[in-house]
Amino acid sequence: MVKKAVQRVYLAVIFLFLYLPILVLIVLSFNNSKSRVIWGGFTLKWYASCFTDETIMSAFTTTLKITVAAAVLSTLIGTLAAIGIHAMKKRNKAIMLGATNIPLLNADIVTGISMMLLFVRFTNLGFVTVLIAHITFNIPYVILNVLPKLSEAGRSTYEAALDLGASPLYAFYKITWPEIRSGVFSGFLMAVTMSLDDFSITFFTKGAGVNTLSTMLYTELRKGIRPELYALSTILFLLAFCLLLVMNVHSDRTAVAAKRQDAHRHTEMRKPC
Amino acid sequence: MYRLKRQFLAGPYLLWVAGFILLPLAFILYYAFTTDGGGFTLSQITAIADPVHVKSLLLSLKLGFFCTVVCLLLAYPLCLILSRFHFRHQSFVVFLFILPMWMNFMLRILAWRLLLSNSGLINSLFELVGIGRVKMLNTQLSVVFGMVYDFLPFMVLPIYNSMARINKDVVEAAKDLGANSLTVLVKIVIPLTLSGIISGIIMVFVPALTSFVISDLLGGGKVLLIGNVIEQEFMQGMNWHLGSGLSVVLMVFVIASMALLNIFDKDGGGAAVW
Amino acid sequence: MLKKRIIPAFCAVTAVCTLAACGTFAACGTGAADRSGAASDADNGTLVVLNYGKYLDHSVIRMFEEETGIDIKLEEYESPEEMYTKFSSGSIRYDVVCTSDYMVERLISEGQVAEIDFSGFSYYDNLNPEIIEASQIFDPENKYSMPYFYGTLGILYNTTMVPEEETDTWSILWDEKYADSIIMQNSVRDTFVPALRLLGYDINTEDQSQIEEAVQLLIEQKPIVYAYYVDETADEVAAGNAAMALVYSGEAAYAAELNEDLAYSVPREGSNLWIDSWFIPADSQNKENAQKFLDFLCREDAAMLNFEYVWYGTPNLKVIEQLDEETLSDATIFPTEEILADCVVYKQFDQDTTDRYNYLWKMLKSE
Repeated sequence: MVKKAVQRVYLAVIFLFLYLPILVLIVLSFNNSKSRVIWGGFTLKWYASCFTDETIMSAFTTTLKITVAAAVLSTLIGTLAAIGIHAMKKRNKAIMLGATNIPLLNADIVTGISMMLLFVRFTNLGFVTVLIAHITFNIPYVILNVLPKLSEAGRSTYEAALDLGASPLYAFYKITWPEIRSGVFSGFLMAVTMSLDDFSITFFTKGAGVNTLSTMLYTELRKGIRPELYALSTILFLLAFCLLLVMNVHSDRTAVAAKRQDAHRHTEMRKPC
Repeated sequence: MYRLKRQFLAGPYLLWVAGFILLPLAFILYYAFTTDGGGFTLSQITAIADPVHVKSLLLSLKLGFFCTVVCLLLAYPLCLILSRFHFRHQSFVVFLFILPMWMNFMLRILAWRLLLSNSGLINSLFELVGIGRVKMLNTQLSVVFGMVYDFLPFMVLPIYNSMARINKDVVEAAKDLGANSLTVLVKIVIPLTLSGIISGIIMVFVPALTSFVISDLLGGGKVLLIGNVIEQEFMQGMNWHLGSGLSVVLMVFVIASMALLNIFDKDGGGAAVW
Repeated sequence: MLKKRIIPAFCAVTAVCTLAACGTFAACGTGAADRSGAASDADNGTLVVLNYGKYLDHSVIRMFEEETGIDIKLEEYESPEEMYTKFSSGSIRYDVVCTSDYMVERLISEGQVAEIDFSGFSYYDNLNPEIIEASQIFDPENKYSMPYFYGTLGILYNTTMVPEEETDTWSILWDEKYADSIIMQNSVRDTFVPALRLLGYDINTEDQSQIEEAVQLLIEQKPIVYAYYVDETADEVAAGNAAMALVYSGEAAYAAELNEDLAYSVPREGSNLWIDSWFIPADSQNKENAQKFLDFLCREDAAMLNFEYVWYGTPNLKVIEQLDEETLSDATIFPTEEILADCVVYKQFDQDTTDRYNYLWKMLKSE
């Protein structure tokens, strides 16, 4: 009994540690004073004004565009790459994985500057260069999430399906996809998270007038962060919270439904006997 | 036969690796081995031997090491507890640890600064209790604290993942055969989660070693890590050659520490995030 | 068996090389296309502006865009050194840039700055001739730059913790009594100013032994320093996390708005006078638009909006005419003659001295 209690306290402390700063920011978004250290009473005005502020909104839409586009493209390229790498022989596999690790290992600032050097040589910086940079640092997360699922799945079932005459696409859809789906999804989620959170690489690869929330925050630090940004971040956070909660409940339900269907089928099959 | 065809699926990625990973890397290497005039030199690499650089590299290694140890000590019991809870979905745990990242990183660190500062919430609490103010911000300790905060999920997720994969029957069997919980932990659970532990160590140690933003924001500019030196060379010193040279050295350290860890990782391919 | 293994590996390598080559050429192609795109863009009337963060009122930008139909793209940065990195990497072609005095000097000496044709300006006469004259330290003939705002470097302090008379000297920053409540600037040149002035040296000194002496003094100071910050200084002092800080006058004006116990002082040993100025890069593709923009910034209404946005000392006489006595007499915004007499504008160091300073700075930080 004591052990249980200790465990619960331990969990509570860890989650307090993780969520305390977020709580602080949420509280700040209701602060009726521009300063981040002085409490000036409760207000909702920042929530209203953050949607009318042009710079904040444009940074917000840029962030969304880059995050979504980078996550989708990197998931696509990364998943295909994982399948390809999985089919490779040991040495090629090692080479590919080595290359995949480079963006993860390099200091952000080095990745950012090296990409800037490359882009400057061949093209102008702009929205597209940020997108390319984001895809580049996102792909490894997708690959590293999908690859273990492929290894777990094994390839014999897939090859058996092909031997039995299934087209590769059909075999993929019927056999491989269900096995790696959760890996692809967590890779996608990771890519979204990393894109949202990145500052250094975006900072070096962005063109004139392109601002994400992170790079905007950085210039805002100079004269104090506008409280509208706390409000916007709070909204973003709560949206993510709800979205993920719904997804979780939804996948729970489908799982339950699948089980029920399964059970149903079993009973039906038994009947004729 | 099937394999060869499937290998081509990695084609777009191969192109990507060549264009956007290897080519930029070549740029950094070029800068690292040349002088301003474009002549070949090793001085940018040997510059690491400068006492100031050695000092900051050692400090980075030290703080990175402490951060990794603390993360491991916090994460392992946490995962043991979490793995006993029966979540209907494993992804729920992942989600709990990933969610904080949806609030901008700089804002979160800023919030910690508010909490830890001289007249911050935690110090006010201390005063109420009667402990008095404690200087917490702008020390090496606060930097390690920030790193642990930021990187803990990267330790938790791979360990939790490898723990969830343990076949419950194995543990049951050991218990039936008379092993106590400690023996089960040492003889079964830890060996089976070793690849997760190693992934976790890599995922935490590497960013901790190269970090510069956290030491800037929570160290008050008083803690100079090797990442800060590199950043300063690029941003303030305008010395891109030296910055590149030091980054190459840092890369060597990262690769060396990974190679060292991989010796212990017999399963191979344990680098999964979760 | 061995052959079988080598061939796929070899194929993979060739594939990588070919792909890389293709990628490069493709990138070259699009690069060229993009460049010409940018050029035609220029004809349509855009203006890429590079400025410090939050240093330009957005309504001024909107006004300019509406009046001229020129589309402004604003880029912001934090420190002059960072600006130099962005600027000289050539990653973006800027049309007009605002930065600090010594950085303007450096870029002029590198031949990266275009002359400004002030004869076409309608509102240049609004600017205070004295400030234009002071700019001659970094722009001897006043043909490359246009002053924007100016101010001093001094001590922001909390009057409830620090008695006013003590702030008359830089040595207060070394006073053990204030251990852990002193904030210094996280930038090389500014932090060296108090040390150099206390030792009685010029803040533009290139003498090695003098610089070394100053760094020793700063190393002695480090244990009692709370932090080296750039932007957060004002907020931290306003929150009571520190008793005093080394800041620019403008930061002090901002902090005083947050907390009325705060005051600003420029110590008697003398300090730095900074003049942030605009210049047009030599490779700007919209020089005419840039000139129009600078002229517009001198116009009374635009200058007023900017002044009320940043609260730094403005060189615009038409704006000064309209200000009330209280604002004008606020030494945090407009330094008095007396203060200015002891203040010196930064000069750009030669490369060796710059490297020396950077090295000593790293040394101080790693102590």
